[in-house]
Amino acid sequence: MGQPLDMFGAVAPDGAWSVSAVNRRARMAIEGSLEPLWVQGEMTGLKVHQNGHWYFTLRDKQSQLRCTMFRDDARRVPAEPAEGMEVLVYGRPSIYEKRGDFQVTVSRLHSTEEGGLFRIAFEKARAALAKEGILDRPRKPLPLYPRWIAVVTSVDGAALRDIMAVAARRWPVAQIAVIGTRVQGEGAADEVVRALRTITQLTKVDVAIVGRGGGSKEDLQVFNEERVARAVAAVPVPVISAVGHETDVTLCDLVADHRAATPSAAAQMATPDREEVMEGLGHLGVRLAHGLSSRVQRMEERAGRTGDKLVTAIERRLEVVGSRLSVASGRLDALSPLGVLGRGFAVPRDATGRVLRRAADFRAGERFDLRVVDGTVKARVEN
Amino acid sequence: MPAAPDFGKELERLEAIVRQLETPDLDLDQALQLFEEGVERLRAARERLTAAQAKVKQVLTDHAGTLRVDDLDG
Repeated sequence: MGQPLDMFGAVAPDGAWSVSAVNRRARMAIEGSLEPLWVQGEMTGLKVHQNGHWYFTLRDKQSQLRCTMFRDDARRVPAEPAEGMEVLVYGRPSIYEKRGDFQVTVSRLHSTEEGGLFRIAFEKARAALAKEGILDRPRKPLPLYPRWIAVVTSVDGAALRDIMAVAARRWPVAQIAVIGTRVQGEGAADEVVRALRTITQLTKVDVAIVGRGGGSKEDLQVFNEERVARAVAAVPVPVISAVGHETDVTLCDLVADHRAATPSAAAQMATPDREEVMEGLGHLGVRLAHGLSSRVQRMEERAGRTGDKLVTAIERRLEVVGSRLSVASGRLDALSPLGVLGRGFAVPRDATGRVLRRAADFRAGERFDLRVVDGTVKARVEN
Repeated sequence: MPAAPDFGKELERLEAIVRQLETPDLDLDQALQLFEEGVERLRAARERLTAAQAKVKQVLTDHAGTLRVDDLDG
């Protein structure tokens, strides 16, 4: 390539060049003297060959420039540019020897318009998903008390840290299964798709969060990929999409069962608050105690009515001093049987531990145990 | 992946116990049994909630496509 430019050196007919030699020489000359460069122009005549290569022409008011973009480079472009769109391409000027065509071999292509190719790709994918009913399929409800939360995001990202912190604070009962992926750049979409498919194999998972922290439009692109959106829709458990962004909705958001504005918000949606659950348990405890005490009360009333002396005597004994402690105090430690016993109820049992509940269960002179708040009292049925 | 307690089921069972206990024509023996079961379950649930410590696992796939679950950072 360092040779002098002597393409047209052979002027005598007997020293004529072959066609191939001229084209090869021309190619070497051009590649040797023109560095790769950025070109701006109007996109026209885009042909996508079945092998994936793109062929198109850039033009301005005076000229046209043929361009070729090979499959591997074309695949990175979010969408096929529309006819007449103003684009910027980066490529190497060269000659296609076989045809002797001057062309630019393009490696990168961007739209100069707002949103550009991303917008086109987004709308196209959204239309395809809508047509298949994926956008308006029924959404899966979130589990109330998740046991395993799958998180698809970057292992090093702030998103994961936020999710872990919120989940650990609100609902440490749940375990978190992190399926690490890259969330931007080449190959990230494929990793996210694989990770989402992995969830299917994790049969204990009952809710999934997929996302990343905020970023530029291009950083969020992975979550606008149609195949990522399809993978989200295919997850068997409810999915919360948490792609940090301010205004734009991603395809992932549209397809997911639920959408959170941030990873922290997603973790909050996925989990109940431990304190509230604890409070709920407290209420259940109060109801348990009420249930038992009103049952005992009814028995006493019946005993009073029937005048059954023995029952009355036993039931009186059941009602030990503490019975006046207010059931309604709300501070009732109903979480222990001792809590209720502490309020004055006692439980009589025979030597085998069987609860003695009817007068007939008590035989005169027989010993039994009376379980009270701080221990067991040996008792005997009087004559 | 180890099994984790199913709080939903646990709470359902507790609700059922409480509802049964609130039924007027329950005999005392049953009432006590239900009460004791309920109390035990409540205590266990409360203990689990108090003691729970979130665990984070990382799911890795080896070359053969087999899943492995490791502790994150170790």
